[in-house]
Amino acid sequence: MLLFNSFLYCGFVCMIAQIILDNSKLSTGHITSIFVCIGAFLDTFNIYDYIVRIVGGGALLPIISFGHSLVHGAIIRSHANGIIGLLMGMFDMTATGITASIIFAFVFSLIFKPKN
Amino acid sequence: MVINMKSTKYNKVADRHKPFENRIYNAFVAFISGGVVGFLGELLIEVFCKWIQLSRSDAGMLMILIFIFLASLGTGLGFFDKLVTKFKCGLIIPITGFAHSMTSSAMDYRKEGLVYGIGSNMFKLAGTVIVYGIVSSWFFGLLRYLIGGGA
Repeated sequence: MLLFNSFLYCGFVCMIAQIILDNSKLSTGHITSIFVCIGAFLDTFNIYDYIVRIVGGGALLPIISFGHSLVHGAIIRSHANGIIGLLMGMFDMTATGITASIIFAFVFSLIFKPKN
Repeated sequence: MVINMKSTKYNKVADRHKPFENRIYNAFVAFISGGVVGFLGELLIEVFCKWIQLSRSDAGMLMILIFIFLASLGTGLGFFDKLVTKFKCGLIIPITGFAHSMTSSAMDYRKEGLVYGIGSNMFKLAGTVIVYGIVSSWFFGLLRYLIGGGA
């Protein structure tokens, strides 16, 4: 059931983005920025945790989940360290993705040459 | 007045000669390809949970790592760009789009040197996501901290 739900959810988010892209003058950079802000908003009142529980892994893949995990790490750290914890824990849960994509981008740009 | 009439007429003619883009077809393709990406993500998580006995959060991290690796490798080899132009938002909105934009900008500026090429241009496209993500989540985190009292 989780498999089917993640297919529907991830496809639905991508379809919304494609409809916005086709019917407005926004570029993909605008749309991804808007989606990250939406994800941060959804986690403010624990809505996205509920979505993750229902949908499963498909909810972790869209870029909405990036804003969700930024807020989530900040909130968890702020339980222990107060208001400074918001700044300390910001990257707690997204550090894996950002670090991995920096390292892979660096290594592959050294190895491969652009085609055109 | 004359200029306005001319510009409206020009717009009409330009609209008639625009390349025909089927929006419903595009949305359908994005739905299917994005759905397949989400399906694969959940499938990988369940496989890791069952076969390597990882916890569910660790399996999620490993799944995201694998998707980033595949997207970067595909961009390096050159076939991921073709897939992105074919499936559009189905591959841009998942985390693969983030990795793709970083690797492609790093590869494009490789010829300007290691420091001022790769180092300073790697976040050219992906930087917007990080900046607006940090600013908005700081704001919303502060909001929740003040309203909920840190709960």
